[in-house]
Amino acid sequence: MSTETLLRLENVVKHFPVHSTRLLRRTEGVVHAVDGVDLDVRRGETVGLVGETGCGKSTLARCILRLYDLTSGRITFGDTDITELSRRKMRPHRKRMQMIFQDPYGSLNPRRRVGPIIGDPFAIQNVADGEERKRKVQELMELVGLNPEHYNRFPAEFSGGQRQRIGVARALALRPEVIVCDEPVSALDVSIQAQIINLLDDLQDEFGLTYIFIAHDLSIVERVSDRVAVMYLGKIVEFGPTEQIYNHPRHPYTKALLSAMPSADPDVAEARERIVLRGDVPSPIDPPSGCSFHPRCPKAQQHCVDVEPPLEVKFTDPPAHRAACHFPVGDGEVLAHATPELALDTEGDVL
Amino acid sequence: MQLLTVEDLKVSFPTPDGVVEAVRGVSFSVDRGKTLGIVGESGSGKSVATQTIVGLNPGGKVSGQARFEGRDLLTMGRDELRRLRGAEIGMIFQDPLSSLHPYYRVGWQIMEMIRNHTDMTKRQARQRAIELLELVRIPQPHRRVDDYPFQFSGGMRQRAMIAMALALNPKLLIADEPTTALDVTVQAQIMELMQRLQDEFDIAIILITHDLGVVADVADEVLVMYAGKPMEVADRRSLYYRPHHPYTVGLLESLPRPTNKGQRLKPITGQPPSLIHPPQGCPFHPRCPYVMDRCVSEMPPLDDADGGVAGHRSACWLPSDIAGASPELDAQRLDVAQRNRTAVAAAPEGGAR
Repeated sequence: MSTETLLRLENVVKHFPVHSTRLLRRTEGVVHAVDGVDLDVRRGETVGLVGETGCGKSTLARCILRLYDLTSGRITFGDTDITELSRRKMRPHRKRMQMIFQDPYGSLNPRRRVGPIIGDPFAIQNVADGEERKRKVQELMELVGLNPEHYNRFPAEFSGGQRQRIGVARALALRPEVIVCDEPVSALDVSIQAQIINLLDDLQDEFGLTYIFIAHDLSIVERVSDRVAVMYLGKIVEFGPTEQIYNHPRHPYTKALLSAMPSADPDVAEARERIVLRGDVPSPIDPPSGCSFHPRCPKAQQHCVDVEPPLEVKFTDPPAHRAACHFPVGDGEVLAHATPELALDTEGDVL
Repeated sequence: MQLLTVEDLKVSFPTPDGVVEAVRGVSFSVDRGKTLGIVGESGSGKSVATQTIVGLNPGGKVSGQARFEGRDLLTMGRDELRRLRGAEIGMIFQDPLSSLHPYYRVGWQIMEMIRNHTDMTKRQARQRAIELLELVRIPQPHRRVDDYPFQFSGGMRQRAMIAMALALNPKLLIADEPTTALDVTVQAQIMELMQRLQDEFDIAIILITHDLGVVADVADEVLVMYAGKPMEVADRRSLYYRPHHPYTVGLLESLPRPTNKGQRLKPITGQPPSLIHPPQGCPFHPRCPYVMDRCVSEMPPLDDADGGVAGHRSACWLPSDIAGASPELDAQRLDVAQRNRTAVAAAPEGGAR
């Protein structure tokens, strides 16, 4: 891993308008899917993005790939500001960034043969055709552990794990620099997950790939990531080196997420401090004021309602580790029985 | 006597492609206040087995026994089973959205369930529904009882399903992947809720999951299934710390755990087998790194392993005293396997990506 910054996100915001329907009382509003994210990704590293459903991690990934246009903010890829590039100007950059999707069933056209599916990127970018394309596709198939003789098979003839390999081969076709992996193993069986994780790992070593790895399985993220960003309601609430995040979480949300992580080890599972968060993630249409985690936070105080905390270094942590919290969690601090000093609103879904 | 005892359950389904042998002889039992975890991957037969005993798999060819308080569920008439299902055996499924009817209010669905099995009036049933929603910690239950499922979040829907499953104080709760569709934080809430309710009402729980992490701290006993057969059964400590069957070992090794930190994950090579033409002998042999000649032709019986401590049994021909997962034990197993292997059995390639 080098220290060269390959990808820089500055105050990235993505809002989706909500149009009025009869079912929703609100006439109009916006979903604050991504709400001011700063992130830098270095060449050759893996940045893990974790958070609950609806926290904006997939939207952020799609913004990075310019599959969505930003509401505001800036994305720099290498030396180029790609935020405003036109479709045509974007195309040369597209081959430098690819995506692997969660669902190996939905992301492959069932009516097309596997060879052409993997060869599509060559066709789109006019890189190779005819026999050369076929040869390149078969090389890719071999690279990801598929039998090149299966070039003419349909996706339905492959198992889930093999299909995910097809997705990986397609993403690798143009030798990209960045691959965004959006839940690449969560649809797979346990025994197959490790196969795909190891494959991604090997390919990273071989081609110096940079990964943005989105997953809700925290133990897998821990295993693959150099740095981890924890998202909550469209914002990064904590970001830092993996071992810092997992061993010294500062944000109560990070701490709660980690405590909920299932461990396939009875002793660890029993000894763990279990913080059960109250309620559900609030609506991103109308996120809470101040720190958006305050309605569920065991440490919340009035200050958290009034003032949004900046993402900054806490205690004596290394400068790379930053958290957005007014009352960060100290090492060894127990949160399980903490009760907030804050009176909770009677309306909300708070248990 | 155990609350539920299942013996030698076999289930097969005729399909145009051939007969799918989904469950090929599995036995288990569970008692009140206890949790049995059934772990397996897709196609292992874990869901089919439990759905069959409550009569939710019409069209399957079923043999064996499933005695619930002495009565055999498999030979019971449809009406009798129907009275039992819901009232004495509650069920929750993976996807709480498709388990609730989108057109009916949540409270109405719980009331329907109650009124179907008891002679409560509408008013009483509604009161009971509100109590139940409160029990599973739905905020403002008297108001939310009139909500539609889409107005509930995923976690709240699953809690509503649990409320419905528990409406009539069942003795047994079958939870089929109850937290798979949910976030870890919500998963923790649901697991805590299930344990609290178990303590309170002394319910037996069968927890079906593919996730070894979920059963690690809740199951009293764990059954590992593969290709329709039981591979290993043990109390949870033995299963996690002294696994005997190479499949269990493989599952544990392929997970990121504190014990294999910093090491490369060790996946199980290959793919799960077809259930139309399951492999001869031990179904795991095509993927097993310790395959021996015998494994190819003869299915090992589920026998005592590791001294049979607390009912630890495993279906594997390897010596019963090699239990646990470590590089040394791996070497021991390989050594035994190599001495008992000729050209008949070929170990799967370990280096495959």
